[in-house]
Amino acid sequence: MKHLLAIEQLQREEIEAILDRAESFAEVGRRDIKKVPTLRGRTVVTLFYESSTRTSSSFELAAKRLSADLVSVKAAGSSVDKGESLKDTVATLSAYDPAAIVIRHPYAGAAQMVAGWTEASVVNAGDGKHEHPSQALLDVYTLRRRLGSLEGKRIWIVGDVLHSRVARSNLLAFQRMGAEVTVCGPPTLIPRGIEELGCEVSHSLDRLGEADVVYALRLQQERMTESFVPSLREYAATFQVDTRRLNPRQLLMHPGPVNRGVELSGEAIDSPQSLMTEQVAAGLVVRMAILYELLAGGERPAPVSDGEGAGRPTPIGQPA
Amino acid sequence: MSLTETLDVRPGEAANLILRQATVLDPVAGIDGVHDVVVRDGRIAELAAPGEGDADGAEVVEAEGLHAFPAFFDPHVHLRTPGQEHKEDVETGTRAAAAGGYCGILAMANTSPPVSTAADVASLREQARAGASVPVGFLATVTRGMEGKELTEMVELREAGAVGFTDDGLPIQSARIMRRALQYQRLCGGTIALHEEDPELSGDGVMHEGPVSAAVGLAGIPSVSESTMIARDAALAAYEEAHIHVQHVSAAESVEILRAAKAAGVQVSAEASPHHLCLTDEEVRSLDPQRFKMNPPLRRESDRQALIEGLRDGTLECVATDHAPHQAEEKEVPFEQAAMGVTGLETAFAALHTELVLPGTIELGLLVERMAGGAAPFGIERPTLALGSEANIALCDLNAEWTVGEDGYESRSQNSWCAGRTLTGRVLVTLAAGQVAFRLRSFSLGVAA
Repeated sequence: MKHLLAIEQLQREEIEAILDRAESFAEVGRRDIKKVPTLRGRTVVTLFYESSTRTSSSFELAAKRLSADLVSVKAAGSSVDKGESLKDTVATLSAYDPAAIVIRHPYAGAAQMVAGWTEASVVNAGDGKHEHPSQALLDVYTLRRRLGSLEGKRIWIVGDVLHSRVARSNLLAFQRMGAEVTVCGPPTLIPRGIEELGCEVSHSLDRLGEADVVYALRLQQERMTESFVPSLREYAATFQVDTRRLNPRQLLMHPGPVNRGVELSGEAIDSPQSLMTEQVAAGLVVRMAILYELLAGGERPAPVSDGEGAGRPTPIGQPA
Repeated sequence: MSLTETLDVRPGEAANLILRQATVLDPVAGIDGVHDVVVRDGRIAELAAPGEGDADGAEVVEAEGLHAFPAFFDPHVHLRTPGQEHKEDVETGTRAAAAGGYCGILAMANTSPPVSTAADVASLREQARAGASVPVGFLATVTRGMEGKELTEMVELREAGAVGFTDDGLPIQSARIMRRALQYQRLCGGTIALHEEDPELSGDGVMHEGPVSAAVGLAGIPSVSESTMIARDAALAAYEEAHIHVQHVSAAESVEILRAAKAAGVQVSAEASPHHLCLTDEEVRSLDPQRFKMNPPLRRESDRQALIEGLRDGTLECVATDHAPHQAEEKEVPFEQAAMGVTGLETAFAALHTELVLPGTIELGLLVERMAGGAAPFGIERPTLALGSEANIALCDLNAEWTVGEDGYESRSQNSWCAGRTLTGRVLVTLAAGQVAFRLRSFSLGVAA
């Protein structure tokens, strides 16, 4: 795999390869020194045109844990502010010969375009409302650890599907792994024609009990002023996932950041069935696995599972 | 009115040549057969029996196996001048038209600044007389500066030579202003060409709203954004007994409304663009704005079929390219940020021949008729091969295969929706207003083919 641009382009086997790799990095995370030399001497650039906490920090930490040199570029305060085009910015950064460019951009297809302009591997860290493949992979990873397999599991994605790249990537990833997906929300926030992706559409939480997993999405405050919903109050009354609507055997997920009291009740967030902190932890190992698969996946040595010493951190100044 | 009474072209030498043994097809004039087409002093002097035409010292074009059609007329072209000459101008745009087999085009008024005054029209006409390869007419805006608030001085604009009116690029959102323009048309004449779209429904949409927009996460422009405005304006045109021309029809619902309006006697004409007749929104899965981002957007296969049916039954009387040149830097950006529009003059006939005629979807004769159908809605005589008429001829090789863009473009811009496609059928020679407007370099006149 050269790039990670969209779940839409991934086969189930490719998803599983990344998840298996992530399992092995989870072991590294339990050591005192949580670093492997795999990407020593190689450069990873993160290029974020949108604000991000989880995604940017976990990609940066993932690159560091793999011993890569890291350059973090944020659009604010960079030459982007001076009107430089995406193409020119990418050409500039590519002059440093990075092994990977991790990009988040407010518009669909940006990562794919960047892949056409650089020799580096490109990771889509979110492009507009299109896809967010690393989020989907970490969510599948989290669920696989909990459930063993997603085969035949029923997953409800609840909330603002229209404006959510997470909804699109997760819908595809859950389906690839054998789950049955229902998207649920008010008709104003469900894209017309989405059922052609093979999911069910519901405009009510009445049948939420059918779900094995409930995946809630963030509702942005400005949706109210655009008349997608009449008020946050009415939205919460109709679509908030709370402990009354959840039953104890269901798992609850959310990509973060949460609007407490809007799409989720505080009680639900803090309940034991919520996987939200596991999702964040999974984000790191899955993103390590993504960088590994793209940059070193063609090479034989696995970082940790090859027995004694293979994954041992290399002291500074000595060859790996 | 004849082509050159209304439109302007660079004066040149009247053509004297003979198309030897050409297959001549002009369904409207009832001509269909092999002839020597004799052009003398820029007019069609004779349709002689094959091999019998008297060259009389004129150039001889060996045209055996080639087709001679009435040259095409495009009522919807963006020449981008004034203000955006880095994309196109009168000279490059009319060269592209000539290469596509056109003998006449109408330029839209959404330039920078828009064509809203008599002086703007006069200046453009002067440019056309200085540098246009084929006759070109200019539309003026309906509202001042395309702001949708006040009418332009339509009488004076018509006197200055504006062929008609349009705010193309933007709809006329106010029904009140729309109605006033239609009322005023009784005073000044001039067809009003309409970009039909309700911006309230289009919102920040960038592609057709449907399963593909749902899948790729791009905001959608619903079909009803177009069809509801056409319904409004057809009703207003009926009420005011005015003549409107609906531009770039894209949706099945729109075709239905137009069909019903025509049946009810409303004076409404309509056009379809080659890209809407050949492509669907499935192309947008590629997220390639260079070839697949335009407004109105590419829609579903059922919409495409409805457009083809409209072309067949005459609900859509003409093909119009909506030739919309943009420079690379306006297209080499993510889909949502990219400029809307694709070029089409150089490929319209070849693309439709390849995609619709060769598979048997429509007859060649119908395509030829519709390619020239854009003149009449603006009160301009349809190009014809009838004896004695001014020579407006597209000589085509229907078997020639070529890859679009391989040899560059006559247009200043390269955002062709056909870029990289292999098309079958190519324009070799174009005669426009009695002059030779174009010869394909590899097909030299006077030498046996």
